[in-house]
Amino acid sequence: MTRLIVGPFNRVEGDLEVKLDIGEGVVRRAEVVSPLYRGFERILHGKVPADALVYAPRICGICSVSQSVAAAKALSAASGIAVPENGALAVNLIHATENVADHLTHFYLFFMPDFAREAYRGETWYDDAAARFAAMTGTAARELLPARSQFMHLMGILAGKWPHTLTIQPGGSTRAVVPSELARISSVLSAFRNFLERTLFGDELERIVALENAGELQAWADEKPAASSDFRRFLAISQALALEHLGPSQDRYMSYGAYGAGAGALFKTGTCVEGRKTALDIGAVSEDTSHAWYAGGRAALPPFDGETRPDASREDAYSWCKAPRLAGVAMEVGALARQLVDGHPLIRDLHAKSGGNVHTRVVARLLEIARVVIAMEQWTDAIVAGERFIEHGKMPDQAMGIGLTEAARGSLGHWLRIENGRIANYQIIAPTTWNFSPRDASGAPGPLEQALEGAPVRAGETEPVSVQHIVRSFDPCLVCTVH
Amino acid sequence: MTAARPAKRKRATLLWLQSGGCGGCSLSLLGAEGPDLYAAFDAAGIDVLWHPSISAGSSADYIRLLERIRDGEQPLDFLCLEGAVMRGPEGTGRFHMMAGTGRPVMDWIDALAKRAATVVAVGSCAAFGGITAAGSNEVDACGLSYEGRKGGGLLGRDFRSGNGLPVVNIAGCPIHPDWFTETLHQIAKGHFSRADLDEFERPIAYTQHLVHHGCGRNEFYEFKASAERLCDLGCMMENLGCKGTQARADCNLRPWNGNGSCLDGNYPCINCTAPEFENPGHPFTTTPKVSGIPVGLPTDMPKAWFVALASLSKAATPSRLRQNAVADRVTHPPTEKPGRKP
Repeated sequence: MTRLIVGPFNRVEGDLEVKLDIGEGVVRRAEVVSPLYRGFERILHGKVPADALVYAPRICGICSVSQSVAAAKALSAASGIAVPENGALAVNLIHATENVADHLTHFYLFFMPDFAREAYRGETWYDDAAARFAAMTGTAARELLPARSQFMHLMGILAGKWPHTLTIQPGGSTRAVVPSELARISSVLSAFRNFLERTLFGDELERIVALENAGELQAWADEKPAASSDFRRFLAISQALALEHLGPSQDRYMSYGAYGAGAGALFKTGTCVEGRKTALDIGAVSEDTSHAWYAGGRAALPPFDGETRPDASREDAYSWCKAPRLAGVAMEVGALARQLVDGHPLIRDLHAKSGGNVHTRVVARLLEIARVVIAMEQWTDAIVAGERFIEHGKMPDQAMGIGLTEAARGSLGHWLRIENGRIANYQIIAPTTWNFSPRDASGAPGPLEQALEGAPVRAGETEPVSVQHIVRSFDPCLVCTVH
Repeated sequence: MTAARPAKRKRATLLWLQSGGCGGCSLSLLGAEGPDLYAAFDAAGIDVLWHPSISAGSSADYIRLLERIRDGEQPLDFLCLEGAVMRGPEGTGRFHMMAGTGRPVMDWIDALAKRAATVVAVGSCAAFGGITAAGSNEVDACGLSYEGRKGGGLLGRDFRSGNGLPVVNIAGCPIHPDWFTETLHQIAKGHFSRADLDEFERPIAYTQHLVHHGCGRNEFYEFKASAERLCDLGCMMENLGCKGTQARADCNLRPWNGNGSCLDGNYPCINCTAPEFENPGHPFTTTPKVSGIPVGLPTDMPKAWFVALASLSKAATPSRLRQNAVADRVTHPPTEKPGRKP
C-alpha cells in the first residue's frame, strides 16, 4: 500500500487536498481535506440580521447569489415577510444566471481540460479534444468567455453587479425592471440560447430536454459527428473512457428544490435513496465534527444548535469541513441529485442503468442548463410590468429561520437564530460540505471519499487522472465548504 | 507596400495565489469584456504561469513551479494574491495550509513576494484584510502590507518589490475586471510608477473618482430627495447607508456586467474599496445620524455648508423628484412646459 497526497487541485473553486492509499492499482481509501478556514459563522455572530445579506454572499465568489438567496430565505422565514410574484421571478432569474454560468464555467474551464492531458495522447479523440479544451489555449474557452460575459449582463440589469449583490432581500428584489429592460433581458437570453444551441448542444434546447432515456441520448449523439458540438464530444469521450464506471455514488441523493417553492418550484424537494423518492425531513439534518478541526464532543448537532469553535490541534481530525448527515447518513447533492429527485426521465434512466458516476453527473449538469434557460425565458415573460418586486417588513427581535436553496453544485442551507435583535447563531451547510465531508463518528466516509475508492491508478501515476475526473465531476466549491 | 508587425516585447509572467478569500475577484475578472480576459492577457504580453481556476498542470507541476520561483530559477513579473493572508491561529498560519506542501500559505506568499518584480493585492481582502478580517478577526487575517487602515500586514508598508513599487492594492469587493487588466497592462508596458497609486497604494486611475460621480441618482442628491426603502429611486445617503459620496471608485462611470452598479441595483454603496469597510460600526443599510444629520458627509465638504445647502435644496425640491424618490420606478417623468423654447 502506498500513500499519495494530491493537491493543491486547480480548476476547482477553493483549496483541496486528497490523501489516497493505493494498492494493487486502485485507490483503497481516500481522505478529503479542506485546508482553509475563515470563520463566517463567527463573523456573523452579533450582527444585525440584515447584515447577513452583505457577509453571506462573500462566503463565495462563485455561489455568491445562492448564498444571498439562502440568507434572504432564512430572514424571510424568521420575519414572515412575503415575496411578491415579480420579486420571486426576478430572484429566480438572478439565481439561474449564476447557476447556469457556473455549470458552463465548470464544463468548459474546470472539467473538460482534463481530457487534453498528456496521459491521453494517442487516443483517437485526443487531438480534437486537446485543440478544443486545452486550458487557456483551447478554442472552446475563447468562445465561452465572451458568451458568458454577455450572459452576465443579466446581472448588470437585475442585480447591479455580480458577484456580491445586495439586490436579493427577504421580501424580493430591490430592482424593479421596466418593459424596456425586459426587452433587453429577452435579447440577452436569446443570444445566449443561440450560443448554447450552436456550440454546446448543436441542437435545439427543446430536443435536449425531451430526451427520455439512454437509448434516445445515444441515438441523438449518433445523428452527427462528435465534433459537431461539445456535448457530443463529451459523450464520445465518456463512452471511450467508460466514465460511467468511474466515481460511483452511494445512491443517496438530496435536493432542497430550486426556483420557487412547493408545487410551483421548477425543481422538486426531496430525497432519492436506492431508487426510492421520499420527502425531505429537514429536521433530520445534523453536523458531525468527529474528524474535523473543531472543539466539541463526538455527538452530531442539529444546525440550530450547531457550534463552530476551531481547534487546529485536534489529533483525530483531518479537515476543516464538518460532516453533515441526514438521519445519520451522508447524502450526495448537485445537478444529478436535483434531476433524480425532480424525476427527469433521462437522468432516471441513466441512473437506473449505471448509477451515479462521472458520466451521469456531467450529463445531468448539461441537461439542467437547457431546462433552466427555457425556464428563464418563461419567467421573463411572466413578469408583470408595474407590479411590485419587493415588500418590506420589520425583523423581529427573537426568531428562527431556515433558508434552503440549490447552488449549481447542490443543496445550500442557512440556519439562523435571532435573539435581542442580533444574530445569536448562524450555521451554514454548503453543497460541498455534503459531498466532500470527512468521515463521521461511525467511520462512514463522505460521498467523494466513497466515490474515490476503487478508482484505477495507472502504472507510475502520482496524480491519477481518474481521481481528477472524479473530484471535478462533483463541481466542488471549497470556499463554501468550510466558509 | 508591406508594414512590419511591431517587434514583440518580452513576455511577462504571472502567478496567482489564493488564500483567505472567496474567489470572487477571479470570477469577476473572468467576466472581463472588450476584450475578454485571455485577450487582455495577450494584449498586455502576460503569460499566466498559474492561476488556480484556469491552469492545466498537475499539482506536482505547480509545487515545482513555486519552488523554482522561490529559488530564483524562474523569473516572476507579477505575483497576484487574492484573499487575505491567514496568520492564525497564534501566528501559525494553520487556518490555511498549502495543500500538498504541509506549509502555511502565508510562508509561500512571503517567499514568492521577495522574488516578484511586482506584487499585486487583488481585492480588498489581499490589500487590507477585507471581509475575512471582519468582526473580531479571530483568524488573524491581514493584507499584504496593511492591517485595515494601518500599515503592516504580512510584508509591511515599507515593502518594495523588484521594480521598486510597493504592493499594488487593487481594492474592491470584488474588483471590477478593468481595474485589474488596465493596471497590469500599464505595468507590463513600463508605464506605471508610484505616482499612479493613491495614499493606500490603490491605482489612482479608478480611485480618483468617487462612486458618486456619474451616479444615476445625482438629481435626487442635489435636491436631497431621499429614498426611504431599498427599492426607491431617491438618494440613499440620508437613510440607507450609502457611502457613494465618500467611496473611491468609478463604479458609476464604468458599468459592471455591461449595465449595472450597486446604485443601479437600488442598494447602497458600502465603500468596498476602502480599508475596514467590513466593520462599518453600523448596520450596512442604515445611515447613522447625529441629531438627524448623517454622520458620513461627502468627502472634503464643510459640515455647516452641507447642512445649509441641504436645507435650502430640500426646500426647493420639485414635486416630481419628491414623488419619484420614494417610488421603485419613475412615476413622474420630466415634462415640457407648453410654449417654452428649449
